[in-house]
Amino acid sequence: MAMNPALVGKTYPASAPYEVGREKIREFADAIGDEHPAYRDVDAAKSLGYDDVIAPPTFPTVLTFVTGRQVIGDPELGIDYSRVVHGEQRFEYSRPVQAGDRLSATVTIEEIRAAAGNEILTMRSTATDSDGKHVVDVVTLLVVRGTAAEGSTA
Amino acid sequence: MTATVSYDDVEVGTTLPEQTFPITRLNLVMYAGASGDFNPIHWDERFAKQVGLPDTIAHGMLTMAKAAQVVSNWVGDPGAVVEYGVRMTRPVVVPPGWDGAQLVVSGTVAEKLDQRRVAVDLDARVGGETVLAKARAVVQLA
Repeated sequence: MAMNPALVGKTYPASAPYEVGREKIREFADAIGDEHPAYRDVDAAKSLGYDDVIAPPTFPTVLTFVTGRQVIGDPELGIDYSRVVHGEQRFEYSRPVQAGDRLSATVTIEEIRAAAGNEILTMRSTATDSDGKHVVDVVTLLVVRGTAAEGSTA
Repeated sequence: MTATVSYDDVEVGTTLPEQTFPITRLNLVMYAGASGDFNPIHWDERFAKQVGLPDTIAHGMLTMAKAAQVVSNWVGDPGAVVEYGVRMTRPVVVPPGWDGAQLVVSGTVAEKLDQRRVAVDLDARVGGETVLAKARAVVQLA
């Protein structure tokens, strides 16, 4: 079944604020095997000009897991999640995420299109801090294998 | 931000030190827990094979996170990475045992941009095969 293209441009309600904790950053840095001290040591982070430890560049994926579920779980979209593979990912920062941030994210469907018998879904999540200032945009492109409507190229 | 690399010292073609990252099943379990992505294709070999994969595969986001370290280690400050994007072209198959898969990542300055920023293109391979395409980071230099 093909996805509903009328949902392009749909924006979902902002997610509840996610509080970024020092130990969560450390756990994530351990999981990706990144030993940089700016993720663990407040003094090291301060020497780089930050107020607290910062998070690795791909950390906001933890946050956008929630917004992604808003889109994928939307019954109007009609996505077959068992056929989904992660195609592309991009982060666009205004500043790094740091411990103590309370981030809220709003997701918009940017694109739905057919490509070689598959379907492509692109979502953009915009995360802002508790002052409403932009922190990072996270763009996720999912490929849904073999669901394009008839008439598209196989 | 406190990059340790100066924009003035960098040219198009400047190379970043290559790094090799082992990825084991333990890493996949740790990443599942830390990220919240518990898709069984990343930890259940039998399930992965049932859905047509050769074996357990790494999270694309784990591969992306490891590749970023070539950039952050070069520039000194991970917060200097202002933009980072990849296309996942090929799954990283992770066999059992402590050797796992060996991810080899190198980087090259592809473009000098305004505001003392550069674009770095990354090359990420496992067993000689490219696993990330269009892998590019924009970095704020000193």
